[in-house]
Amino acid sequence: MIQVAAFYLFASVLTACALAVICARNPVHSVLFLIACFFSAAGLFVLLGAEFIALILVIVYVGAVAVLFLFVVMMLDISFQDLRRGAMQYVPLGLGIGLVLLVELFTLYRAWPERTPVITAESTAIENTEALGRIIYTDYLFAFQVSGLILFVAMIGAIVLTHRCRPDVRRQKVAEQNRRKPSDVLEIKKVSSGSGA
Amino acid sequence: MASEQFLADYLPILVFLVIAAGLSCLMIVASLIVGKQRPDKEKLSAYECGFDAFDDARSKFDVRFYLVSILFIIFDLEIAFLFPWAVALKEIGAFGFWSMMAFLGVLTVGFIYEWKKGALEWE
Repeated sequence: MIQVAAFYLFASVLTACALAVICARNPVHSVLFLIACFFSAAGLFVLLGAEFIALILVIVYVGAVAVLFLFVVMMLDISFQDLRRGAMQYVPLGLGIGLVLLVELFTLYRAWPERTPVITAESTAIENTEALGRIIYTDYLFAFQVSGLILFVAMIGAIVLTHRCRPDVRRQKVAEQNRRKPSDVLEIKKVSSGSGA
Repeated sequence: MASEQFLADYLPILVFLVIAAGLSCLMIVASLIVGKQRPDKEKLSAYECGFDAFDDARSKFDVRFYLVSILFIIFDLEIAFLFPWAVALKEIGAFGFWSMMAFLGVLTVGFIYEWKKGALEWE
């Protein structure tokens, strides 16, 4: 009973927030609704018994991806009022594409052989973090290493694209600062009184 | 749906979420109902201490914030891969151990690159 109630709670919050993401006038509000979507989706994953995926969703998507989205939204120097002005002319095109997608979904639904039951994690005795750990690093070695390389490329790419060396900024150079001797930079002069240096 | 026992462990979190959402909604709605609201143009304008507002607050952010957050995501994902590995290390043996070491090695090369490039320094 309480499971069904929780499912409908999370599902309805998810749908409402997903609608709000595309309807919100302020893009920053859209990102905040997206975070609410991630939380509700995590709740649905817990209901399915996939606790590892649920918590990874919270850690990675809520903790990192949402922050990235916020920065991207704030970095864009776009006047969203100007952007919205010409938007109505695309409505027929958008409706057409939406209709095509809806028809495709419906045909797919009709053509589906039978409703396959949702597979939950309860059939196994081991918990699902361990179940994942047993296969990711051995059976799916190739995919795992490729994901490492993709992360590597993302790291290098982000640095190459956005990192600028600013020569006008003073930085700490520890080795250089330690190598400096008083005799290099300091000079003592005897100044007799009455005459300048 | 997962098993009853499994979900019962998560019930306190659900209760906590419901209380948190309910309490914050209650405070917002109560302040809307109870508080006096007589807005005028001056009250609704942005407050900048002493002088008129110079500019819109929605200015362009520095791209360096983006760089920091994308580097954070990459290492966050690396940590996410470490959890199942640590739990199942006994079963997957030496092969699994070295497969993770290769993964970490690739990312360490990237880490050394960004350190040497100075991408971690704010200046």
